[in-house]
Amino acid sequence: MATKKNNTIKLKFDSTRNLAPAPESKSAAKIEPQYDLFINGKFEKPQNKKYFATINPATEEKLSMIAEANTADVNKAVVAARTAYDKTWKKMPPAERAKYIYRIARMIQERAREFAIIETLDGGKPIRESRDFDVPTAANHFFYYAGWADKLEYAFPNRRTEPLGVAGQIIPWNFPLLMAAWKIAPALACGNTVVLKPAENTSLTALKLAEIIQEADLPPGVVNIITGAGTTGAAIVNHADINKIAFTGSTEVGKIIQRAIAGTNKKATLELGGKAANIIFDDAPLDQAVEGVINGIFFNQGHVCCAGSRLYVQESVFKEVVRKLKDRLETLIVGDPMDKNTDIGAINSKAQLDIINKYIKIGQQEGAEMYQPSCAIPKKGFYCRPTIFTNVAQSNRIAQEEIFGPVLAIQSFRTDDEVIEKANNTPYGLSAGVWTDKGSKIFNLTTKLRAGVIWANTFNKFDPTSPFGGYKESGYGREGGLHGLNAYVNII
Amino acid sequence: MATTEKRLEVLKTYKIYIGGQFPRTESGRYYVATNSKKENLANVCLGSRKDFRDAVVAARNAFGGWSGRAAFNRGQILYRIAEMLEGRKTQFIDELIKQDATRTQAENEVNLCIDRLIYYSGWCDKFQQLFSSVNPVASSHFNFSVPEPTGVVAAIAPQGDSLLGLVSVIAPIIAGGNTCIVLASATKPLCAVTFAEVLNSSDLPGGVVNILTGKVAELVPYFADHMDVNATVFCEADAAIQKLIKEKSALNVKRVVLYDKVKWANASGQSPYFIMDLQEIKTTWHPIENIGGAKAGY
Repeated sequence: MATKKNNTIKLKFDSTRNLAPAPESKSAAKIEPQYDLFINGKFEKPQNKKYFATINPATEEKLSMIAEANTADVNKAVVAARTAYDKTWKKMPPAERAKYIYRIARMIQERAREFAIIETLDGGKPIRESRDFDVPTAANHFFYYAGWADKLEYAFPNRRTEPLGVAGQIIPWNFPLLMAAWKIAPALACGNTVVLKPAENTSLTALKLAEIIQEADLPPGVVNIITGAGTTGAAIVNHADINKIAFTGSTEVGKIIQRAIAGTNKKATLELGGKAANIIFDDAPLDQAVEGVINGIFFNQGHVCCAGSRLYVQESVFKEVVRKLKDRLETLIVGDPMDKNTDIGAINSKAQLDIINKYIKIGQQEGAEMYQPSCAIPKKGFYCRPTIFTNVAQSNRIAQEEIFGPVLAIQSFRTDDEVIEKANNTPYGLSAGVWTDKGSKIFNLTTKLRAGVIWANTFNKFDPTSPFGGYKESGYGREGGLHGLNAYVNII
Repeated sequence: MATTEKRLEVLKTYKIYIGGQFPRTESGRYYVATNSKKENLANVCLGSRKDFRDAVVAARNAFGGWSGRAAFNRGQILYRIAEMLEGRKTQFIDELIKQDATRTQAENEVNLCIDRLIYYSGWCDKFQQLFSSVNPVASSHFNFSVPEPTGVVAAIAPQGDSLLGLVSVIAPIIAGGNTCIVLASATKPLCAVTFAEVLNSSDLPGGVVNILTGKVAELVPYFADHMDVNATVFCEADAAIQKLIKEKSALNVKRVVLYDKVKWANASGQSPYFIMDLQEIKTTWHPIENIGGAKAGY
């Protein structure tokens, strides 16, 4: 193997660094062989008696059978939600409402380990992430919004609020439990009732949440959780007695929803796709920046709408950053999501793996230079090596389109103005990252980047108190924090 | 040299306002604005799709500068607009009377417009404080959220009056740092054009407000489906047009703001919530170093 003359030493990442397996146990979680629809406080069979399989993407083994809700089931859920809204929930003293939501938060915390295991089995994300991020953040979200229920008059200066009514909520497969929390918690706190549909690939933790909601004695119908695919979602969107649609998912589907509800008075919040720029200036702490880039694009296998999928590196440190990135890629552990050492787990589905592989091919065809580490990946299950592309042009599809996988497109820049222009040159505007040691430069960048969340010298941080949501085609409305209340009230 | 002949009045050509210039419509088309007595008031520009697209270019070019100005400066400019309007009050009153208002109605409308501009002038550097937050995140980060303008707004002004609706829609849009293209009332277009002249002498940079005259039904599809417009505002109750705007706005996920229930002449016709309708919330994170702490700040 020819070696190029290089003043830096090529690091060796061989067998000496292999860690012993540290698998989490499946036995701490209970998955039923079959799940029904959670309507009006009870688990009910779907009217057409249809069920579909949900599998573990890491092994392709079947985990359970999930009910498929049709239009009649959706209608039943909406009727239950409307009845609960009129008869119970909107009349309940806000402080009492709060206590129910607190109760849900506590019960998630109590069963955190079980939730983490199921999340990882059903979705393929590393257990470290579901244990340390998804589940605790979901519980915290309920805890945070619970406290708002009886304090809403402080949130909107000089105005009163009223709830919207019944909220139809459709959530994606990348953070199943967390997205359910993001949707349900503020809706309940503001006095709305809910019909929620998880993504068809990842219904299990939402159904586990339904068990908790039942156990918490929440009045029947306040939260209804129904499962199914796109047609079930469409039935929610098109139901005449729903007042609000909250959707997290692709920009493509978001636009379909915006059109579908055009002739109605339904309100909507849309949290859609992204193609975030992560920008490294030459004065940045490079090791930390590289760590941030890795976290930015490989967190949750890159199935993150705000993933830092475009990297812009200032020319003078370009080579160094790329070398450090490649070194770091070699140390990433790709494989069994249930192993506590795993950094990158399984791709969520075969369909998503196909999309990612399609883009990897497109990137190469468009002339970009691909690099993947040499790590082994399991034979069974859906896996993708962490992938970076250099020699990328701004017009390349891998730099323009959301891939939703562990694929990073790297470009260089010289001046601040140039990188602002490039970073903003996208229809999306969800998030962005800036790495520099210079405070004034941070604020120059953070004010000029047209995106809803800007991480400076960090990336992919989330908190219940921190509003999240996009500019431009990344959607509208905010989730989290004070501003997240806006999505679930009429200001009067 | 006394003369008994009446002096010939100089009539005004009513133009549109794009990028700080007063062109006639590129289409060369016109329509005749009339009043209830069927008097011809003016040959008004029948604005075209191309006029709108030119105006969007002007609005986009002006956005960076306008949104980047100090909020205090924007406040001063809105105040200046009010000053200019006050100075040309009689002209507006005359035009409103020509367009069927009584003198009292006309005076009230102009006065209210002036006061409303002053009201929003004051908000320019205050609403951000009211609607911002510092968020107490659980990790070692400093985190705050602030409103920022949505961008280029395409607005169809209330069609029922000549000046009040127009001013009530424009003021919160630009107070918040957006730029806009506004379609005037089709039946009462005179004051909109004259208001453009006020804007043009108020230190408002060209392109921040662009005013077109023309037909709603013809132009509304273009307002809603232009890819470089970030939001559409519509103030009428016409359900078919509302639906069309919402559908077409989905093309690039425009924000759609409907003001069909607002009574502009009331106190409820002004509030900082109108500004917030066309704001985005931006959240910024930065680590807090934890010197001597066990955890890294990153």
